[in-house]
Amino acid sequence: MATSRSELRNLVKGLAFLSPWMIGFAAFTAIPIGLSAYFSLCNYPLLQPPVFVGAQNYTDLVHDGVFWQSLWNTLYYALLALPLGMAIAIGAALLLNSKIRGLSIYRTLIFLPSLTPAVAGAMIWLWLFNSKLGLINLVLQKLGVAHPPGWLVSPRWAMPSLALMSFWGIGNTVVIYLAGLQDVPRELYEAAEIDGAGGLDRIWHVTLPCISPVIFFNLVMAVIGVVQNFTAPYIMTGGGPARATYFYTMYLYDNAFRYLRMGYASAMAWVQFLLVLALTGLAFWSARHWVHYQGR
Amino acid sequence: MRKKRFRRIVIHVALIAICATAAAPFLWMLATSVKTVAGAAAYPPQWWPHPWRWRNYLDLFNTRQYHFLLWTRNSLIIAVLVVTGTVISSALAAYGFACIRFRGRGVLFALMLSTMMIPFPVTMVSVFIVFHWLGAHTGIPFLGTFKPLWIPAWFGSAFNIFLLRQFFMTIPEELSEAARLDGCSELGIFTRIILPLSKPALSVVALFAFLGVWNDFLGPLIYLQRASQFTLALGLQSFQSQHGGTSWNMLMAASVLVMLPVLLLFFIAQRTFIEGIATTGLKG
Repeated sequence: MATSRSELRNLVKGLAFLSPWMIGFAAFTAIPIGLSAYFSLCNYPLLQPPVFVGAQNYTDLVHDGVFWQSLWNTLYYALLALPLGMAIAIGAALLLNSKIRGLSIYRTLIFLPSLTPAVAGAMIWLWLFNSKLGLINLVLQKLGVAHPPGWLVSPRWAMPSLALMSFWGIGNTVVIYLAGLQDVPRELYEAAEIDGAGGLDRIWHVTLPCISPVIFFNLVMAVIGVVQNFTAPYIMTGGGPARATYFYTMYLYDNAFRYLRMGYASAMAWVQFLLVLALTGLAFWSARHWVHYQGR
Repeated sequence: MRKKRFRRIVIHVALIAICATAAAPFLWMLATSVKTVAGAAAYPPQWWPHPWRWRNYLDLFNTRQYHFLLWTRNSLIIAVLVVTGTVISSALAAYGFACIRFRGRGVLFALMLSTMMIPFPVTMVSVFIVFHWLGAHTGIPFLGTFKPLWIPAWFGSAFNIFLLRQFFMTIPEELSEAARLDGCSELGIFTRIILPLSKPALSVVALFAFLGVWNDFLGPLIYLQRASQFTLALGLQSFQSQHGGTSWNMLMAASVLVMLPVLLLFFIAQRTFIEGIATTGLKG
Protein backbone atom coordinates (compact mmCIF):
# COMPACT_ATOMS: atom_id res chain seq x y z
CA MET A 1 0.00 0.00 0.00
CA ALA A 2 2.70 2.42 1.05
CA THR A 3 4.61 2.04 -2.21
CA SER A 4 1.53 2.48 -4.35
CA ARG A 5 0.55 5.60 -2.43
CA SER A 6 3.97 7.18 -2.95
CA GLU A 7 3.79 6.06 -6.56
CA LEU A 8 0.48 7.85 -6.93
CA ARG A 9 1.90 10.94 -5.26
CA ASN A 10 4.83 10.95 -7.67
CA LEU A 11 2.47 10.59 -10.61
CA VAL A 12 0.47 13.62 -9.47
CA LYS A 13 3.64 15.65 -8.88
CA GLY A 14 5.12 14.64 -12.21
CA LEU A 15 1.98 15.48 -14.14
CA ALA A 16 1.70 18.79 -12.30
CA PHE A 17 5.14 19.83 -13.53
CA LEU A 18 4.37 18.59 -17.02
CA SER A 19 0.93 20.18 -17.18
CA PRO A 20 1.95 23.39 -19.01
CA TRP A 21 3.66 21.34 -21.67
CA MET A 22 0.79 18.84 -21.89
CA ILE A 23 -1.81 21.60 -22.32
CA GLY A 24 0.40 23.20 -24.97
CA PHE A 25 0.92 19.86 -26.69
CA ALA A 26 -2.83 19.35 -26.88
CA ALA A 27 -3.68 22.92 -27.94
CA PHE A 28 -0.87 23.66 -30.37
CA THR A 29 0.16 20.24 -31.70
CA ALA A 30 -2.24 17.33 -31.18
CA ILE A 31 -5.57 19.10 -31.76
CA PRO A 32 -4.29 21.17 -34.71
CA ILE A 33 -2.91 18.05 -36.39
CA GLY A 34 -6.20 16.24 -35.84
CA LEU A 35 -8.17 19.26 -37.04
CA SER A 36 -6.05 19.62 -40.13
CA ALA A 37 -6.71 15.96 -40.95
CA TYR A 38 -10.43 16.79 -40.89
CA PHE A 39 -10.09 20.13 -42.70
CA SER A 40 -8.04 18.42 -45.41
CA LEU A 41 -11.23 16.55 -46.28
CA CYS A 42 -13.26 19.76 -46.44
CA ASN A 43 -13.89 22.73 -48.61
CA TYR A 44 -13.13 25.49 -46.11
CA PRO A 45 -12.86 29.13 -47.25
CA LEU A 46 -12.30 30.27 -43.60
CA LEU A 47 -15.15 32.78 -43.45
CA GLN A 48 -17.76 30.07 -44.09
CA PRO A 49 -17.96 26.80 -42.12
CA PRO A 50 -16.12 23.76 -43.53
CA VAL A 51 -18.06 21.47 -45.89
CA PHE A 52 -17.02 17.81 -46.09
CA VAL A 53 -15.90 16.85 -49.59
CA GLY A 54 -14.04 13.57 -48.99
CA ALA A 55 -10.74 13.06 -50.74
CA GLN A 56 -11.42 15.86 -53.23
CA ASN A 57 -8.48 18.04 -52.07
CA TYR A 58 -6.03 15.16 -52.41
CA THR A 59 -7.19 14.22 -55.91
CA ASP A 60 -7.00 17.91 -56.84
CA LEU A 61 -3.41 17.99 -55.55
CA VAL A 62 -2.42 15.08 -57.77
CA HIS A 63 -3.66 17.02 -60.82
CA ASP A 64 -2.24 20.35 -59.67
CA GLY A 65 0.81 21.24 -61.75
CA VAL A 66 1.86 24.00 -59.34
CA PHE A 67 1.86 21.53 -56.44
CA TRP A 68 4.23 19.22 -58.30
CA GLN A 69 6.40 22.09 -59.38
CA SER A 70 6.73 23.42 -55.81
CA LEU A 71 7.54 19.92 -54.60
CA TRP A 72 10.14 19.42 -57.30
CA ASN A 73 11.66 22.87 -56.61
CA THR A 74 12.02 22.01 -52.94
CA LEU A 75 13.67 18.71 -53.78
CA TYR A 76 15.97 20.34 -56.32
CA TYR A 77 17.05 22.89 -53.73
CA ALA A 78 17.68 20.12 -51.20
CA LEU A 79 19.88 18.27 -53.68
CA LEU A 80 21.84 21.43 -54.43
CA ALA A 81 22.19 22.68 -50.86
CA LEU A 82 22.40 19.66 -48.54
CA PRO A 83 25.28 17.45 -49.75
CA LEU A 84 27.57 20.32 -50.67
CA GLY A 85 26.67 22.24 -47.51
CA MET A 86 27.52 19.22 -45.43
CA ALA A 87 30.85 18.72 -47.15
CA ILE A 88 31.77 22.37 -46.66
CA ALA A 89 30.76 22.32 -42.98
CA ILE A 90 32.74 19.15 -42.25
CA GLY A 91 35.71 20.50 -44.19
CA ALA A 92 35.69 23.76 -42.24
CA ALA A 93 35.36 21.86 -38.95
CA LEU A 94 38.33 19.64 -39.87
CA LEU A 95 40.42 22.73 -40.58
CA LEU A 96 39.39 24.27 -37.28
CA ASN A 97 40.22 21.07 -35.42
CA SER A 98 43.96 21.69 -35.53
CA LYS A 99 46.34 23.28 -33.09
CA ILE A 100 47.07 26.62 -34.69
CA ARG A 101 47.00 30.23 -33.62
CA GLY A 102 43.97 32.48 -33.98
CA LEU A 103 41.56 29.56 -33.84
CA SER A 104 38.89 31.35 -31.83
CA ILE A 105 38.89 34.28 -34.26
CA TYR A 106 38.44 31.92 -37.22
CA ARG A 107 35.68 30.09 -35.40
CA THR A 108 33.85 33.31 -34.52
CA LEU A 109 33.99 34.61 -38.09
CA ILE A 110 32.70 31.34 -39.51
CA PHE A 111 29.95 31.16 -36.90
CA LEU A 112 28.67 34.75 -37.08
CA PRO A 113 26.74 34.59 -40.38
CA SER A 114 24.52 31.83 -38.99
CA LEU A 115 23.25 34.29 -36.38
CA THR A 116 22.04 36.75 -38.99
CA PRO A 117 18.23 37.03 -38.86
CA ALA A 118 16.81 35.38 -41.97
CA VAL A 119 15.21 38.61 -43.20
CA ALA A 120 18.42 40.61 -42.82
CA GLY A 121 20.38 37.83 -44.51
CA ALA A 122 17.93 37.89 -47.40
CA MET A 123 18.40 41.65 -47.79
CA ILE A 124 22.19 41.37 -47.76
CA TRP A 125 22.19 38.67 -50.43
CA LEU A 126 19.61 40.44 -52.53
CA TRP A 127 22.14 43.24 -52.68
CA LEU A 128 25.15 40.97 -53.22
CA PHE A 129 23.39 39.13 -56.07
CA ASN A 130 22.27 42.36 -57.76
CA SER A 131 23.30 41.72 -61.34
CA LYS A 132 24.55 45.23 -62.08
CA LEU A 133 25.67 46.71 -58.75
CA GLY A 134 26.21 43.58 -56.64
CA LEU A 135 29.52 42.63 -55.09
CA ILE A 136 29.51 39.14 -56.58
CA ASN A 137 29.33 40.21 -60.22
CA LEU A 138 31.77 43.02 -59.50
CA VAL A 139 34.33 40.48 -58.30
CA LEU A 140 33.54 38.11 -61.18
CA GLN A 141 34.10 40.90 -63.70
CA LYS A 142 37.42 41.79 -62.06
CA LEU A 143 38.36 38.13 -62.42
CA GLY A 144 37.65 38.36 -66.16
CA VAL A 145 34.17 36.84 -66.43
CA ALA A 146 32.69 38.95 -69.22
CA HIS A 147 29.05 37.94 -68.83
CA PRO A 148 28.34 36.89 -65.23
CA PRO A 149 24.92 35.34 -64.59
CA GLY A 150 21.91 37.42 -63.56
CA TRP A 151 21.58 35.27 -60.41
CA LEU A 152 18.16 35.85 -58.84
CA VAL A 153 16.56 37.25 -62.00
CA SER A 154 17.62 34.30 -64.14
CA PRO A 155 15.28 31.28 -64.10
CA ARG A 156 18.29 29.01 -64.44
CA TRP A 157 20.46 30.59 -61.76
CA ALA A 158 17.88 31.63 -59.17
CA MET A 159 17.79 28.29 -57.37
CA PRO A 160 21.57 27.76 -57.35
CA SER A 161 21.82 31.31 -55.99
CA LEU A 162 19.65 30.41 -53.01
CA ALA A 163 21.71 27.27 -52.40
CA LEU A 164 24.92 29.29 -52.61
CA MET A 165 23.55 31.73 -50.07
CA SER A 166 22.63 28.88 -47.70
CA PHE A 167 26.32 27.93 -47.41
CA TRP A 168 26.98 31.29 -45.82
CA GLY A 169 24.77 30.46 -42.84
CA ILE A 170 26.33 27.10 -42.14
CA GLY A 171 28.47 28.18 -39.17
CA ASN A 172 26.30 26.68 -36.45
CA THR A 173 26.66 23.19 -37.92
CA VAL A 174 30.43 23.78 -38.18
CA VAL A 175 30.46 24.40 -34.42
CA ILE A 176 28.49 21.18 -33.83
CA TYR A 177 30.89 19.18 -36.04
CA LEU A 178 33.87 20.73 -34.29
CA ALA A 179 32.54 19.65 -30.89
CA GLY A 180 32.12 16.15 -32.30
CA LEU A 181 35.66 16.13 -33.68
CA GLN A 182 37.09 17.15 -30.35
CA ASP A 183 35.48 14.07 -28.81
CA VAL A 184 37.27 11.63 -31.12
CA PRO A 185 39.68 9.63 -28.92
CA ARG A 186 43.38 10.41 -29.51
CA GLU A 187 44.31 6.72 -29.25
CA LEU A 188 42.43 5.94 -32.44
CA TYR A 189 44.54 8.38 -34.44
CA GLU A 190 47.73 7.06 -32.88
CA ALA A 191 46.72 3.49 -33.64
CA ALA A 192 45.94 4.45 -37.24
CA GLU A 193 49.28 6.20 -37.56
CA ILE A 194 51.14 3.12 -36.30
CA ASP A 195 49.26 1.10 -38.89
CA GLY A 196 50.67 3.49 -41.48
CA ALA A 197 47.47 5.33 -42.40
CA GLY A 198 48.00 8.67 -44.16
CA GLY A 199 46.12 11.89 -43.47
CA LEU A 200 43.20 11.22 -45.84
CA ASP A 201 42.99 7.58 -44.74
CA ARG A 202 42.70 8.70 -41.16
CA ILE A 203 39.90 11.13 -42.00
CA TRP A 204 38.01 8.50 -43.97
CA HIS A 205 38.50 5.52 -41.64
CA VAL A 206 38.77 7.13 -38.21
CA THR A 207 37.36 10.67 -38.12
CA LEU A 208 34.23 10.30 -40.24
CA PRO A 209 33.01 7.05 -38.61
CA CYS A 210 33.61 8.59 -35.17
CA ILE A 211 31.55 11.68 -35.92
CA SER A 212 28.89 9.81 -37.90
CA PRO A 213 26.27 10.29 -35.11
CA VAL A 214 26.83 14.05 -35.37
CA ILE A 215 26.59 13.90 -39.16
CA PHE A 216 23.35 11.99 -38.78
CA PHE A 217 21.91 14.55 -36.35
CA ASN A 218 22.80 17.42 -38.67
CA LEU A 219 21.40 15.56 -41.67
CA VAL A 220 18.02 15.01 -40.02
CA MET A 221 17.84 18.62 -38.84
CA ALA A 222 18.83 19.88 -42.30
CA VAL A 223 16.18 17.74 -44.01
CA ILE A 224 13.48 19.04 -41.66
CA GLY A 225 14.72 22.58 -42.24
CA VAL A 226 14.94 22.36 -46.01
CA VAL A 227 11.39 21.05 -46.37
CA GLN A 228 10.07 24.22 -44.72
CA ASN A 229 12.29 26.73 -46.53
CA PHE A 230 10.25 29.91 -46.93
CA THR A 231 11.65 33.22 -45.76
CA ALA A 232 14.58 33.71 -48.12
CA PRO A 233 12.75 32.85 -51.37
CA TYR A 234 9.61 34.72 -50.26
CA ILE A 235 11.61 37.90 -49.77
CA MET A 236 14.27 37.56 -52.45
CA THR A 237 12.39 36.19 -55.44
CA GLY A 238 8.74 35.90 -54.43
CA GLY A 239 8.97 32.43 -55.98
CA GLY A 240 10.09 33.69 -59.37
CA PRO A 241 11.30 34.15 -61.96
CA ALA A 242 8.69 32.00 -63.72
CA ARG A 243 8.09 30.04 -60.48
CA ALA A 244 11.68 28.77 -60.57
CA THR A 245 12.03 29.25 -56.80
CA TYR A 246 8.43 28.64 -55.77
CA PHE A 247 8.89 26.38 -52.72
CA TYR A 248 6.40 23.95 -51.22
CA THR A 249 5.80 26.03 -48.10
CA MET A 250 5.20 29.14 -50.23
CA TYR A 251 2.42 27.40 -52.13
CA LEU A 252 0.97 26.17 -48.83
CA TYR A 253 1.13 29.72 -47.44
CA ASP A 254 -0.48 31.18 -50.56
CA ASN A 255 -3.32 28.66 -50.49
CA ALA A 256 -4.05 29.31 -46.83
CA PHE A 257 -3.52 33.03 -46.43
CA ARG A 258 -3.81 34.48 -49.91
CA TYR A 259 -6.59 32.38 -51.47
CA LEU A 260 -8.11 31.35 -48.09
CA ARG A 261 -8.37 27.72 -49.24
CA MET A 262 -7.89 26.28 -45.75
CA GLY A 263 -8.95 22.77 -46.71
CA TYR A 264 -6.56 22.57 -49.65
CA ALA A 265 -3.75 24.04 -47.52
CA SER A 266 -4.46 21.48 -44.79
CA ALA A 267 -4.14 18.68 -47.32
CA MET A 268 -0.78 20.14 -48.35
CA ALA A 269 0.26 20.30 -44.69
CA TRP A 270 -0.53 16.61 -44.28
CA VAL A 271 1.41 15.69 -47.40
CA GLN A 272 4.33 17.71 -46.03
CA PHE A 273 4.07 15.95 -42.68
CA LEU A 274 4.12 12.53 -44.33
CA LEU A 275 7.01 13.62 -46.52
CA VAL A 276 9.07 14.62 -43.48
CA LEU A 277 8.17 11.35 -41.75
CA ALA A 278 9.22 9.38 -44.82
CA LEU A 279 12.49 11.28 -45.22
CA THR A 280 13.50 11.03 -41.56
CA GLY A 281 12.41 7.40 -41.58
CA LEU A 282 14.67 6.85 -44.57
CA ALA A 283 17.51 8.59 -42.74
CA PHE A 284 17.02 6.42 -39.65
CA TRP A 285 16.85 3.28 -41.77
CA SER A 286 20.02 4.14 -43.66
CA ALA A 287 21.72 5.07 -40.37
CA ARG A 288 22.13 1.39 -39.52
CA HIS A 289 24.61 1.11 -42.33
CA TRP A 290 26.76 4.15 -41.74
CA VAL A 291 26.27 5.55 -38.23
CA HIS A 292 28.61 4.09 -35.62
CA TYR A 293 27.90 4.70 -31.98
CA GLN A 294 30.89 4.29 -29.69
CA GLY A 295 30.24 2.38 -26.51
CA ARG A 296 29.52 5.48 -24.45
CA MET B 1 59.42 19.55 -39.05
CA ARG B 2 59.32 21.29 -42.40
CA LYS B 3 56.34 19.26 -43.50
CA LYS B 4 54.50 20.24 -40.35
CA ARG B 5 55.09 23.94 -40.88
CA PHE B 6 53.95 23.68 -44.48
CA ARG B 7 50.77 21.98 -43.34
CA ARG B 8 50.10 24.71 -40.83
CA ILE B 9 50.47 27.40 -43.49
CA VAL B 10 48.05 25.59 -45.79
CA ILE B 11 45.47 25.41 -42.99
CA HIS B 12 45.88 29.12 -42.23
CA VAL B 13 45.45 30.07 -45.89
CA ALA B 14 42.33 27.93 -46.23
CA LEU B 15 40.78 29.32 -43.06
CA ILE B 16 41.56 32.90 -44.04
CA ALA B 17 39.86 32.33 -47.40
CA ILE B 18 36.75 30.90 -45.70
CA CYS B 19 36.63 33.70 -43.14
CA ALA B 20 37.02 36.36 -45.83
CA THR B 21 34.04 34.87 -47.66
CA ALA B 22 32.06 34.82 -44.43
CA ALA B 23 32.91 38.42 -43.55
CA ALA B 24 32.65 40.05 -46.98
CA PRO B 25 28.82 40.26 -47.03
CA PHE B 26 28.87 42.00 -43.63
CA LEU B 27 31.48 44.52 -44.75
CA TRP B 28 29.63 45.21 -48.00
CA MET B 29 26.42 45.74 -46.03
CA LEU B 30 28.12 48.12 -43.59
CA ALA B 31 29.78 50.08 -46.40
CA THR B 32 26.50 50.41 -48.31
CA SER B 33 24.64 51.48 -45.18
CA VAL B 34 26.66 54.70 -44.90
CA LYS B 35 26.62 55.64 -48.58
CA THR B 36 24.34 58.19 -50.17
CA VAL B 37 21.60 56.95 -52.52
CA ALA B 38 23.76 58.01 -55.45
CA GLY B 39 26.81 56.42 -53.88
CA ALA B 40 25.04 53.08 -53.48
CA ALA B 41 23.82 53.18 -57.09
CA ALA B 42 27.11 54.39 -58.59
CA TYR B 43 28.55 52.34 -61.43
CA PRO B 44 31.19 50.99 -61.17
CA PRO B 45 30.38 50.50 -57.47
CA GLN B 46 32.35 52.36 -54.81
CA TRP B 47 34.43 50.14 -52.53
CA TRP B 48 34.69 52.89 -49.97
CA PRO B 49 31.75 55.15 -49.08
CA HIS B 50 32.19 58.68 -50.39
CA PRO B 51 30.91 60.75 -48.68
CA TRP B 52 30.12 58.89 -45.46
CA ARG B 53 26.50 59.40 -44.52
CA TRP B 54 25.90 58.25 -40.95
CA ARG B 55 22.63 60.17 -41.02
CA ASN B 56 21.01 57.16 -42.75
CA TYR B 57 20.62 55.54 -39.35
CA LEU B 58 19.03 58.63 -37.84
CA ASP B 59 16.72 58.95 -40.82
CA LEU B 60 15.40 55.44 -40.22
CA PHE B 61 14.00 56.60 -36.90
CA ASN B 62 13.08 60.13 -37.88
CA THR B 63 11.15 59.46 -41.04
CA ARG B 64 7.47 59.06 -40.20
CA GLN B 65 6.53 56.46 -42.78
CA TYR B 66 9.14 53.92 -41.64
CA HIS B 67 7.94 53.13 -38.06
CA PHE B 68 11.33 51.68 -37.12
CA LEU B 69 11.09 52.87 -33.53
CA LEU B 70 7.68 51.26 -33.20
CA TRP B 71 8.86 48.04 -34.83
CA THR B 72 11.81 47.83 -32.45
CA ARG B 73 9.46 48.29 -29.51
CA ASN B 74 7.09 45.59 -30.83
CA SER B 75 9.93 43.14 -31.34
CA LEU B 76 11.23 43.77 -27.83
CA ILE B 77 7.80 43.29 -26.21
CA ILE B 78 7.25 39.98 -28.01
CA ALA B 79 10.82 38.86 -27.33
CA VAL B 80 10.56 39.50 -23.57
CA LEU B 81 7.25 37.64 -23.34
CA VAL B 82 8.51 34.70 -25.39
CA VAL B 83 11.86 34.35 -23.60
CA THR B 84 10.31 34.53 -20.12
CA GLY B 85 7.56 32.07 -21.02
CA THR B 86 9.90 29.61 -22.71
CA VAL B 87 12.37 29.51 -19.84
CA ILE B 88 9.74 29.09 -17.10
CA SER B 89 7.52 26.53 -18.82
CA SER B 90 10.37 24.50 -20.31
CA ALA B 91 12.18 24.34 -16.97
CA LEU B 92 9.02 23.10 -15.23
CA ALA B 93 8.50 20.32 -17.75
CA ALA B 94 12.19 19.42 -17.76
CA TYR B 95 12.09 19.04 -13.97
CA GLY B 96 9.14 16.68 -14.29
CA PHE B 97 11.03 14.58 -16.85
CA ALA B 98 14.39 14.61 -15.07
CA CYS B 99 13.72 14.57 -11.33
CA ILE B 100 10.40 12.84 -10.65
CA ARG B 101 9.91 9.12 -11.29
CA PHE B 102 6.38 8.24 -12.33
CA ARG B 103 4.52 5.82 -14.53
CA GLY B 104 4.25 6.83 -18.17
CA ARG B 105 7.20 9.21 -18.01
CA GLY B 106 9.08 7.38 -20.74
CA VAL B 107 6.09 7.41 -23.09
CA LEU B 108 5.46 11.12 -22.55
CA PHE B 109 9.14 11.87 -23.07
CA ALA B 110 9.20 9.98 -26.37
CA LEU B 111 6.04 11.82 -27.42
CA MET B 112 7.66 15.14 -26.61
CA LEU B 113 10.82 14.29 -28.56
CA SER B 114 8.77 13.28 -31.58
CA THR B 115 7.13 16.72 -31.71
CA MET B 116 10.55 18.17 -32.53
CA MET B 117 10.24 16.51 -35.92
CA ILE B 118 7.05 18.36 -36.86
CA PRO B 119 7.81 21.28 -39.16
CA PHE B 120 6.10 24.57 -38.33
CA PRO B 121 4.19 24.82 -41.66
CA VAL B 122 2.43 21.52 -40.88
CA THR B 123 0.51 23.02 -37.98
CA MET B 124 0.48 26.69 -38.96
CA VAL B 125 -2.81 26.55 -40.88
CA SER B 126 -4.80 24.74 -38.21
CA VAL B 127 -3.24 26.72 -35.33
CA PHE B 128 -4.29 29.85 -37.21
CA ILE B 129 -7.81 28.43 -37.46
CA VAL B 130 -7.77 27.65 -33.71
CA PHE B 131 -6.90 31.29 -32.93
CA HIS B 132 -9.50 32.47 -35.45
CA TRP B 133 -12.10 30.26 -33.75
CA LEU B 134 -11.05 31.37 -30.24
CA GLY B 135 -11.43 34.99 -31.28
CA ALA B 136 -14.88 34.40 -32.72
CA HIS B 137 -16.15 32.50 -29.66
CA THR B 138 -14.61 34.46 -26.78
CA GLY B 139 -14.89 37.97 -28.15
CA ILE B 140 -11.18 38.50 -27.35
CA PRO B 141 -9.29 39.38 -30.53
CA PHE B 142 -6.39 37.05 -31.30
CA LEU B 143 -5.70 37.57 -35.01
CA GLY B 144 -4.01 40.87 -35.65
CA THR B 145 -2.56 40.97 -32.11
CA PHE B 146 0.70 39.78 -30.54
CA LYS B 147 -1.05 36.99 -28.62
CA PRO B 148 -0.62 34.12 -31.12
CA LEU B 149 3.08 34.99 -31.26
CA TRP B 150 3.84 34.66 -27.55
CA ILE B 151 1.12 32.56 -25.90
CA PRO B 152 2.40 29.22 -27.28
CA ALA B 153 5.82 29.99 -25.77
CA TRP B 154 4.33 29.73 -22.27
CA PHE B 155 3.57 26.03 -22.82
CA GLY B 156 7.11 24.74 -23.21
CA SER B 157 9.02 23.90 -26.36
CA ALA B 158 10.26 20.38 -26.97
CA PHE B 159 13.82 21.26 -27.90
CA ASN B 160 14.38 23.40 -24.81
CA ILE B 161 12.72 20.91 -22.48
CA PHE B 162 15.08 18.27 -23.83
CA LEU B 163 18.13 20.49 -23.38
CA LEU B 164 17.23 21.38 -19.78
CA ARG B 165 16.27 17.81 -18.90
CA GLN B 166 19.72 16.63 -20.00
CA PHE B 167 21.28 19.26 -17.76
CA PHE B 168 19.06 18.56 -14.74
CA MET B 169 20.01 14.87 -14.97
CA THR B 170 23.64 15.75 -14.28
CA ILE B 171 22.78 17.38 -10.92
CA PRO B 172 23.48 14.83 -8.13
CA GLU B 173 20.26 13.33 -6.85
CA GLU B 174 21.56 13.39 -3.25
CA LEU B 175 21.02 17.15 -3.16
CA SER B 176 17.29 16.97 -3.81
CA GLU B 177 16.94 13.76 -1.72
CA ALA B 178 18.41 15.55 1.30
CA ALA B 179 16.05 18.49 0.80
CA ARG B 180 13.12 16.10 0.46
CA LEU B 181 14.02 14.45 3.80
CA ASP B 182 14.13 17.91 5.37
CA GLY B 183 10.52 18.35 4.26
CA CYS B 184 11.17 20.61 1.30
CA SER B 185 8.38 20.62 -1.26
CA GLU B 186 8.96 19.63 -4.86
CA LEU B 187 8.47 23.23 -5.98
CA GLY B 188 10.98 24.31 -3.32
CA ILE B 189 13.58 21.84 -4.61
CA PHE B 190 12.95 23.11 -8.13
CA THR B 191 13.33 26.81 -7.33
CA ARG B 192 15.96 26.62 -4.57
CA ILE B 193 18.24 23.81 -5.70
CA ILE B 194 17.80 22.91 -9.36
CA LEU B 195 17.28 26.36 -10.91
CA PRO B 196 20.23 28.10 -9.17
CA LEU B 197 22.52 25.24 -10.24
CA SER B 198 21.30 25.41 -13.86
CA LYS B 199 22.06 29.00 -14.77
CA PRO B 200 24.32 28.07 -17.71
CA ALA B 201 21.69 25.80 -19.26
CA LEU B 202 18.91 28.31 -18.60
CA SER B 203 20.86 31.05 -20.32
CA VAL B 204 21.39 28.81 -23.35
CA VAL B 205 17.62 28.28 -23.53
CA ALA B 206 16.96 32.00 -23.13
CA LEU B 207 19.46 32.76 -25.90
CA PHE B 208 17.93 30.27 -28.32
CA ALA B 209 14.44 31.50 -27.51
CA PHE B 210 15.51 35.08 -28.15
CA LEU B 211 17.17 34.19 -31.46
CA GLY B 212 14.13 32.24 -32.53
CA VAL B 213 11.63 35.01 -31.84
CA TRP B 214 13.87 37.83 -33.10
CA ASN B 215 14.47 36.01 -36.38
CA ASP B 216 10.92 34.75 -36.84
CA PHE B 217 9.33 35.99 -40.03
CA LEU B 218 6.55 33.58 -40.95
CA GLY B 219 4.72 33.90 -37.61
CA PRO B 220 4.41 37.72 -37.69
CA LEU B 221 3.62 37.53 -41.42
CA ILE B 222 0.62 35.35 -40.72
CA TYR B 223 -0.74 37.06 -37.61
CA LEU B 224 0.08 40.77 -37.87
CA GLN B 225 -1.87 42.97 -40.25
CA ARG B 226 -1.31 46.67 -39.56
CA ALA B 227 2.09 48.22 -40.23
CA SER B 228 2.11 49.78 -36.76
CA GLN B 229 2.11 46.28 -35.23
CA PHE B 230 4.95 44.81 -37.28
CA THR B 231 8.06 43.35 -35.74
CA LEU B 232 11.46 44.48 -37.02
CA ALA B 233 11.80 41.41 -39.26
CA LEU B 234 8.41 41.96 -40.85
CA GLY B 235 8.93 45.72 -40.98
CA LEU B 236 12.24 45.28 -42.78
CA GLN B 237 10.53 43.18 -45.44
CA SER B 238 7.69 45.68 -45.89
CA PHE B 239 10.28 48.45 -46.13
CA GLN B 240 12.07 46.48 -48.86
CA SER B 241 8.93 45.81 -50.86
CA GLN B 242 8.12 49.54 -50.81
CA HIS B 243 11.54 51.08 -51.28
CA GLY B 244 13.52 48.09 -52.60
CA GLY B 245 15.59 48.44 -55.72
CA THR B 246 16.08 52.15 -55.10
CA SER B 247 17.41 53.08 -51.68
CA TRP B 248 19.85 50.25 -51.04
CA ASN B 249 21.70 52.37 -48.51
CA MET B 250 18.63 52.67 -46.29
CA LEU B 251 17.79 49.01 -46.72
CA MET B 252 21.26 48.00 -45.59
CA ALA B 253 21.14 50.42 -42.64
CA ALA B 254 17.83 48.86 -41.61
CA SER B 255 19.33 45.37 -41.94
CA VAL B 256 22.22 46.38 -39.69
CA LEU B 257 19.65 47.61 -37.18
CA VAL B 258 17.84 44.26 -37.18
CA MET B 259 21.10 42.39 -36.70
CA LEU B 260 22.54 44.63 -34.03
CA PRO B 261 20.86 43.14 -30.91
CA VAL B 262 21.84 39.63 -32.00
CA LEU B 263 25.45 40.64 -32.54
CA LEU B 264 25.63 42.52 -29.24
CA LEU B 265 24.23 39.51 -27.44
CA PHE B 266 26.76 37.28 -29.15
CA PHE B 267 29.72 39.36 -28.05
CA ILE B 268 28.41 39.53 -24.49
CA ALA B 269 27.69 35.81 -24.22
CA GLN B 270 30.05 34.25 -26.74
CA ARG B 271 30.92 31.21 -24.62
CA THR B 272 27.30 30.42 -23.85
CA PHE B 273 26.53 30.54 -27.57
CA ILE B 274 29.31 28.29 -28.75
CA GLU B 275 28.98 25.76 -25.94
CA GLY B 276 25.21 25.72 -26.18
CA ILE B 277 25.25 25.03 -29.89
CA ALA B 278 28.01 22.46 -29.56
CA THR B 279 26.06 20.45 -26.97
CA THR B 280 22.83 20.41 -28.98
CA GLY B 281 24.49 18.21 -31.57
CA LEU B 282 26.26 15.86 -29.21
CA LYS B 283 23.34 14.98 -27.03
CA GLY B 284 20.98 14.57 -29.98
